[in-house]
Amino acid sequence: MKSKFKHKFLSQWELQAMVWPSIILMIIFCFVPMFGLIIAFQDYSPLSGFTGSEFVGLDNFKAFLGDKDFYNVLTNTLAISLMKLLIGFPLEIVLAILINQIRLGIFKKFTQTISYLPHFLSWVILGGMIISWLGSTGLVNSFLLSMHLISEPLSFLSNPDAYWWIATLSDIWKEVGWGTILYLAAIAGIDPSLYEAAKVDGAKILKRIWYITLPGIKNIIVLMFVLRVGSVLGANLEQTLVLQNSSNMLRSEVIDSYVYHLGLTQGDFSFATAVGIFSSVVSVTLLMIANVLTKKLSDSSIF
Amino acid sequence: MGLDKGEKIFNVFNALFMLFFISIIVFPLINIIALSFNDGYDAMKGGIYLFPRKFTLVNYETILKDSTIYRAFGVTAAKTVIGVIGHLVITGAAAYAMSKPYLLGRKIFIRMGVITMFFYGGMIPTFLVVKSLGLANSFWVYIIPVLFSFYDMIILMNFFRSLPESIEESAKIDGANVFQVFFKIIIPLSFPVLATIALFHGVYQWNDFFVAKLYVTDKTLYPIQYYLYQLLTSAGAANTAKAGVYISKAFTTQSLQQATMIVTTLPIMLIYPFLQKYFISGMLVGGVKE
Repeated sequence: MKSKFKHKFLSQWELQAMVWPSIILMIIFCFVPMFGLIIAFQDYSPLSGFTGSEFVGLDNFKAFLGDKDFYNVLTNTLAISLMKLLIGFPLEIVLAILINQIRLGIFKKFTQTISYLPHFLSWVILGGMIISWLGSTGLVNSFLLSMHLISEPLSFLSNPDAYWWIATLSDIWKEVGWGTILYLAAIAGIDPSLYEAAKVDGAKILKRIWYITLPGIKNIIVLMFVLRVGSVLGANLEQTLVLQNSSNMLRSEVIDSYVYHLGLTQGDFSFATAVGIFSSVVSVTLLMIANVLTKKLSDSSIF
Repeated sequence: MGLDKGEKIFNVFNALFMLFFISIIVFPLINIIALSFNDGYDAMKGGIYLFPRKFTLVNYETILKDSTIYRAFGVTAAKTVIGVIGHLVITGAAAYAMSKPYLLGRKIFIRMGVITMFFYGGMIPTFLVVKSLGLANSFWVYIIPVLFSFYDMIILMNFFRSLPESIEESAKIDGANVFQVFFKIIIPLSFPVLATIALFHGVYQWNDFFVAKLYVTDKTLYPIQYYLYQLLTSAGAANTAKAGVYISKAFTTQSLQQATMIVTTLPIMLIYPFLQKYFISGMLVGGVKE
């Protein structure tokens, strides 16, 4: 039996040689860190390492659940994610439907190309641009001043109350076009004879969109919605690091940046890892709940 | 069938809306281009929209004279090229082996991969692992941790499976071994899907600054994005303030940043429209078959 396995293994050694580098990389960079999560239950110090640090049970979890900073961070994360979800998600669908309705092929293709453009900008570049646009002599203030809507320049980025909107709108500006790709493909897959039949029956264009296009892409809408709900606690670390400053900190700190600051700036590895575990557990739970709910409400789900 | 009246009105409004949408994307970007060609001190007065008011090339001349920028560009170019080639070879080879149903251990590998899609060690444990491997302050920290991606492997594996078996068979009869089949037959046939993954990984490598922020303190290894990040954040601002003499009459830190942003983004802006049809189909291969 064993020699048969060995024989089979050797006969496909080339294929095995192609797959093993990847298996080793996956073990090192995905599985070893999973075992590293143990430090959330320890009072970890780099000197004693994973094995030598003292076990403290759930103390780290109790510590952040009793910390009011944590609730502020959680509020910011949920607020920014929900604003992105409530505004950005429907906007992607509407934009996809409208782009699909463009009749002139070249104009349609041009619109698509332009709409994907911001997706390819890094958050550093976009952050720098936002600082320019929102600066005291930037595009937005110049425009508002010239329209006499304001009498002196507003300082958007140092105003904590403006931060949620800046984060939401800049994220939508960057990703709304990119988000249309899957919807556009799904719309293209709808049987054209359905539209022809509806036209013959006298259905107007908005009715055709409502009764044919939307049901035709329902499955992909459900899929994207479930995935988005599963990631509400991951409110874009790169965006936060770029747009955050000491004046807007109160409203701009989100879970991922909190973990980064606690763990890697202040060196509190155990506490930061505990917060990270909380965030992943909540995310997987939300994904499951969203999946069950959508399964009940419609007949499609992702699992 | 012709258009009814409602549809005509709809199309007019739709076209107007699209022009509005395109303007919202394009005008702010043109604003940055205009600023990058404008005298920095003049720009501080505000009121610049789509055209430079006091045209100058001095911002570009200055940044292109700065040797640290060349260095940072070199690091970025190197990590993009080496990263993309490494990623395609490692992930592509695994995907090819996995496309064979008779591969021993195939099911275990798929299960392991699915686990990694749901559970993740998180930032801190990953940081500790990468550090303990001695990758901090090494060029390879940009490359090795992202050589393999399970998601990309699934996309490639599905594509390889859709290729006709007969082409491979005839090559094998002619005496080609598995590696020759992979490099000489499979890879040339898979251009669209490889181009998609190369684009996505290349954009990631070109744009990423966070790996450098986490692991790299050696300034000669800074990629251009991290260099820019430092200019933009307060730490960088303090540094440039110290070097105040460096600022001449014609440019400010902001106008230099704007020129750097344009130079950094230009390569991607020039490439992605040509790869558009590939990445759209590539995304669908990944999205539909999962």
